Amino acid sequence: MTPLLEISGLAKRFGKLTVIDDLSFTVAPGEALGVVGPNGAGKSTMLNLVNGVLRPDEGTIRFAGTDVTRIGADRRCRAGIGRSYQIPRPFGEMTVFGNALVGATLGAGLRGRHAHRAAFEALERTELMSLANSPAGALRLLDRKRLELARAMACGPRLILLDEIAGGLTDSELPTLVDTVRGLRDSGVAVIWIEHIVHALLAVVDRLMCLTYGTMLAIGDPQAVMRDPEVVTAYLGHTVERAS
Amino acid sequence: MRASRTTPFSRVSAVVLGVLVAVLAYAPYAVSRGTQTQLVLLFCYVLMGTMWNLLAGYGGMVSVGQQAYIGIGSYGLVTIADQMGVPAVLAVPLAGVAAGAVAWVTSFLVFRLAGGYFAIGTWVVAEVLRLVFTQVDGLGAGAGVSVGAYGDLGPAYRIAVVYWLALATTVLSVFGVYLLMRSRTGLGLTAVRDDPVAASSLGVGVAGAKRLVYVAAAVGCGMAGALIASNTLRVQPESAFSINYTAVMMFVVVIGGIGAIEGPILGAVLYFLLERELSHFGAWYLVLLGIVVVAFTLVLPKGLWGLVAGPRRQVFPVGLTVMRS
Repeated sequence: MTPLLEISGLAKRFGKLTVIDDLSFTVAPGEALGVVGPNGAGKSTMLNLVNGVLRPDEGTIRFAGTDVTRIGADRRCRAGIGRSYQIPRPFGEMTVFGNALVGATLGAGLRGRHAHRAAFEALERTELMSLANSPAGALRLLDRKRLELARAMACGPRLILLDEIAGGLTDSELPTLVDTVRGLRDSGVAVIWIEHIVHALLAVVDRLMCLTYGTMLAIGDPQAVMRDPEVVTAYLGHTVERAS
Repeated sequence: MRASRTTPFSRVSAVVLGVLVAVLAYAPYAVSRGTQTQLVLLFCYVLMGTMWNLLAGYGGMVSVGQQAYIGIGSYGLVTIADQMGVPAVLAVPLAGVAAGAVAWVTSFLVFRLAGGYFAIGTWVVAEVLRLVFTQVDGLGAGAGVSVGAYGDLGPAYRIAVVYWLALATTVLSVFGVYLLMRSRTGLGLTAVRDDPVAASSLGVGVAGAKRLVYVAAAVGCGMAGALIASNTLRVQPESAFSINYTAVMMFVVVIGGIGAIEGPILGAVLYFLLERELSHFGAWYLVLLGIVVVAFTLVLPKGLWGLVAGPRRQVFPVGLTVMRS
C-alpha cells in the first residue's frame, strides 16, 4: 500500500542550530503514529514542516503520492493535512462555530448547509456545541484545546497532526479525548500525535516514534519502543542499569 | 441545529436604512445646492472610512497611504472624463478601477513589509505619486487642473448628478463590503485578521486574501477621489494626495468602530458634524482630533458602535448564530 505520508532525509536548521537532522519515516493511510521525546527535541518543528508552516532545508515530503515540499500550508490543508497547535491559536473575535466553519469552508471546501453540518459535527465530537456562539477568545484553556482539535477535524483531513492536546486535562477528561482520537483513527484518518502523557498514546497508536534533538531514536511497536534502553535514557537523561 | 444571520434587529434596521436611502435620494429636490455639496463630502467620508475599515479592521493592515488612491482617482476622473471623453457616470467607477490596478502593482512591493514598516511604506508610495503628478505638465503640474467633465450641465443639474453619483457609489460600496464579509472570502479574511498562521493551516490563502482586500480598498478610495474631484471641480497634487485623508479615515474608523461595517458610517457622520463646528479653530482642531483618536483607542477600542452593538444587535450582521431549529 502506498504510504499516505513519506518523509525522507528531512533537515531543518535555525542558524547554527540543527533542529531536525536526516529524518525519514512513513505513515500509512488510517494509521496512528505517536511521537515522544524530551522537550526541545524538534517534535513541534517536525509537525510545522509536515503541514507547511516551515520549509525544510533538505529532504522531501510526499503526501498521497504528491511532492508537497514546496507547497504552502493552505494548499496542504486543502489536500488533506489538518493541524492543531500546542499553544491554541483561536480566532478570538469569531465565535466557536465561526472557527470551526473556517475549517469546513476553506479547508474542506464545503459550501452552505454542508459546511455548517461539518462544523456542527466537529463541535459535537469535541463537546463544544454548548459554546457554539461564545467568542473563541473568551474560552478557558481546555476548551481552546478542544477547539484546536475541532477546527482541524472540520477540515475533513486524511492526516491530522496533534501537538500535545492532552496536556492539562484531568483524569476524568482524558478518556474522552482518547476516545475522540481513537474514533478519528477508526474512521480512516491517519494521526501523528505528539504527547507527553504516554499512557494516552499507548491506548490509541499503532506505532510509536521517539525523537531526540532532531534525530529518530526508535520507531515501532509502542511497548517495545518504550522499553528500548536508549529511549529510557533520553527521557531520564542518564543510563538506566537494568537488574539482571 | 442551524446557523443564521438575520435577527429581528437587523431586519428592522434594514427597512430603516432603505427608507433613509430613499429620503437621501430625494434630497436634490428638497435641499439647497450648498447642502448637497456638503452631503457629497459626507458620503465620501463614509466610503473612505469603509475602505480603511476593510483594510485595517478586517484585513489587519494599517495603511497610512490610502491617499495615493484618492489622488489617482481624482486625476483618473480628469484623464478619463475630460481627456478621453467618457461620460462622468462611467468615469467614476473607471477611475476606481485605475486605482485598483495601481494598487495591484504596488502590493507586490508593500506586502514585503509588515506592521509599522508597511504603514510607512504605503505613505512613501503616496508621496512618490504626489511628486510624480507634480511633474506632469499635461495634468497641470503643481498648479493642478480644473475638472471640465460636467461642463455642458447647468450648475443645479451638475450638483444633483454628482450628489446621486456619490450616494449610489457609497451605498453600493458599503453593500459590496457587506456581501464580501458574508462570503467565504470574508470568513477567510476575518480568520487572517485574528491569526494568519492558524488561518493558513486551515486552508486560507493568506497572501491572496490580503491582496484582494488591498486592491478592493484602493478601488473604493479611487472612486472617492473621483467624486471629490467632481465636487470641488479642481484637482491639485497637494490636496489630492494629502495625508489629511488618512487622518480622516483613521478618525472615522476608530471613533465609529473598527471591524464593524456600521462603525465608519457612524464615525463619518460624527466627523462631518465636528468638522463644521470646529473648523474655525484651525490647526488646533486637527490636534484635538488626534487626541480624541488616541483616547478612543485606549478607552473605547470598539468605538461608538461597540457601545451599542451586541451579538443580536447588528445592522449588517456578518457572523452566524447557531440556534436549535
